[in-house]
Parts: sequence; structure tokens; C-alpha cells
Amino acid sequence: MISRRDFCKKSLLVAGGLTIPLSALELFNPARLEAEKTDGKKLRWVFLVDTHKCVGCGFCVKACKTENEVPYDANVTRTWIERYVITKDGKTHIDSPKGGRDGFEDSRIDVGEGTFEEIKNEEINKAFFVPKLCNQCDNPPCVQVCPVGATYQTKDGVVLVDRSWCIGCGYCVMGCPYGVRFFHPVHHVAEKCNFCYHRISQGMQTACVDACPFGARRIGNIRDPNDPVTKVIMTERVNVLKEEYGTTPQVFYLGLTKEVK
Amino acid sequence: MKSHVWRPLYVVLAVIATVLVVRKVLVPPDFGIGSRGYMYGWHRPSNEAEWQKVTVKYRTSEYCKTCHADKYQEIKTSPHASISCENCHGPGLRHPDDPRALNIDRSRELCARCHFRLEYPTSGRGKIRGIDPKTHNPGLDCVTCHWPHDPRKQGHTPAKTAATPPSQNTVSKTSNPCERRGHDIA
Repeated sequence: MISRRDFCKKSLLVAGGLTIPLSALELFNPARLEAEKTDGKKLRWVFLVDTHKCVGCGFCVKACKTENEVPYDANVTRTWIERYVITKDGKTHIDSPKGGRDGFEDSRIDVGEGTFEEIKNEEINKAFFVPKLCNQCDNPPCVQVCPVGATYQTKDGVVLVDRSWCIGCGYCVMGCPYGVRFFHPVHHVAEKCNFCYHRISQGMQTACVDACPFGARRIGNIRDPNDPVTKVIMTERVNVLKEEYGTTPQVFYLGLTKEVK
Repeated sequence: MKSHVWRPLYVVLAVIATVLVVRKVLVPPDFGIGSRGYMYGWHRPSNEAEWQKVTVKYRTSEYCKTCHADKYQEIKTSPHASISCENCHGPGLRHPDDPRALNIDRSRELCARCHFRLEYPTSGRGKIRGIDPKTHNPGLDCVTCHWPHDPRKQGHTPAKTAATPPSQNTVSKTSNPCERRGHDIA
């Protein structure tokens, strides 16, 4: 027969044990502690875009689509170029016909649905091109929202998509504040720029960096203090896109203005 | 203990067992949290190797140089030095085995990517010499008058191509050769 004292003791023990969440016990898992350490890494890929140098030739988009087997005529692309024309009346005109794949061979702004807006040269205050690509964020929202673990971040900071595991729910496409994700027209899974992971893993540059004749695009390792890209990021006035989202993007821009979104 | 009360329990246990077996079969064995922790790390690590195995199509100008050193030298000493061979010639992937695999783009549109004049003072584009393709010898390929590997040299007119290779033509000494050439040929 259990005594009253024993019953109270054991009840409290069981009740106390039940209140400990499972995750609290896992704090003592050294493997996970080791895994979560962020310091000591030797490699973290970052990208540097110089908008002063970009002329909107679109060779990067052309090379990217071919290199990464994104159907050439489908209106989706892993990287693209946006044209910004800011006129003297304070208006900002933005276009990116075919993602800039064929360059910008029309002085008119493509407003969409076959209509174009003529802008006179003397009305222009500022006009420039901004290449866009995946920011390989340190806090990637696209990875966070993936319900099946099909997209993830590698140790060197690149966000990849597991094509065999993606269920095509599209949460990541909606979750990315930069709009870099889309559905691959052939594989029917989420697709995005991965800094040409197959090229950078074997010491090459990305296809877009190799294709850029003007040095507007560069890739580097932010953990290496002697990397020329790291030197620019550390010593010059660089900016990132949509910092307010807290995604900690890792594509740095020279020459951004407030009009660039 | 034989009571109908226990039957729902057996059903629940059977469902749980089925789920666990199906999960074991369907989920890849290496699936789990990677180095980025619970929030960002769930994945199948073997997928990283799959991405690394993607075929490299653009082999860079250094690769072209191994066979075409003369062409490489010509363009590298010209104002077009920074343009990669494969930007115009297409990816060099299967070219050494099948020379016709290259898809060379000689179109006006290719040149106009940079040389369509856009008066953008705050961009590098505004500093590039350019033309309006609508008025500048429409219908004629740029390479007819301008030699793309060295724009200071003259291009090849169809009749003369065989007789004088364009690379041996003289370098024009005018301050703006693009302006002067082209018009007299069209």
C-alpha cells in the first residue's frame, strides 16, 4: 500500500517531469551545440555588384540561363537586370524586359502588355542598371517556410533546393522578399540562383561573373580577409537590399539609391 | 482483459506503426538537421553533391586559349579585351569534340547590347560609344565593317573575306573609327 507521503512525492515528480519540454532536454545534445556554432567557418560566399559599372548588356542573364538549364524562352530567370530611370519630375521608371536577357535595346520603358513609355533624354535625372540575384541570406525566409526541408543552407552559406524532395507548395516563392524564386518550367519544383554551386565548388567563378565584361559582378569569400571582394565590402560604402526584413542578405551593392527596391 | 474497450487502442497503435514504417521507407536515410540547426538546416546532405555535379557549360576564355591562342591574344590586346569568348560564341562545352556545337551569334542585336546608344549619364552605359540601329546601316551585320575581335580593325566584306583575313588589316588611326567606317561600305 502506498503511503500518503510517497504518493505526493511521486505525483510531484511525474507532474514536474511532464512540464519539461522535449526541446529543453535537447539543449544537452553536444552534436547540436557543435552544429549551431557559427564561428570557425573558413568559407562564406558573398556577392558584390557594382551598379556604376553595369551597362545592362544582359550577357549575365544569357549565360546564367544556358549554364543552369533554365529554358531560354520561358519568362523566368535566376538572375535579371532592372533598369531604373528617374526623371526630373521625381518619377521612377523601372523595367526589365525578359529579365534583361537580350539587353536593353529600346530607350522606351517597357510598362508591360505591349505598351512602352517614351522618356526624353533631357528629362532624365538618373538612369542606371541594377543586376539582381539570390541574396543567399544568413536568415533565409525561404528556408524557414519550407514545410518539408527541401530547401536548405549549406555550410558555405548557399541556399539550395532539393529537387527530389520539393513538393511544389510555393511557400518559398511567396516568402522571398526579393522575388528570386520561381517554378522551374521543366522540373516543376522551386528554382533559384545558387551562385552556380557546381562552378564555385571547383574553384571557378559563377557563369554571370565570367560573362560580365565590365566587372560589375564579383563573387568572394567574406571569411578570407585577403579576398579582393571582402576588402571592398569592408572598406567601401556598400549597401544591401531590403535590410528592414532582417534577412541579412549577402549580396552587396555599390551605388544603390533609395529608388532601388 | 478481453474487452471491446481496447479495440480503438489497437487501431491507433496500428496506424502509428504504419506511419513509422512508411516514413522509414520514404524518408532518405541521411535526412536530418545539418550544420545550420533546426530552423534552416533540415535537408538531405547528399543533395549538395548532386548540385556540385551539374555540368559546367561555360568553360571561360582560358579554356579557349589552349587551342586558339592567336584569337585570344588578338582580343586581349583590343578594346574588347574584357569580353569573354563564350559571350558571342556560345558555351564551349562540347566544342572540342564537335566543332559545330558552337552557336556563334553575329547578329546586330548582340552588338547593340552595349552599343545601342543610351544617354544615361549616371551609368557606365553612357560612356560607351553607341549607335541607333534604326539609322546606322540597318539590315547590315555589324561584323561586315567592324572586326569584333579588335574593333580598331576593319571587318570583313563578304567578297574579300577569303583574300585578306581581317586580322591582317591595318589599324585605323582616326579618332573615331566607328564613325568613319561603315558608311562608305553600306
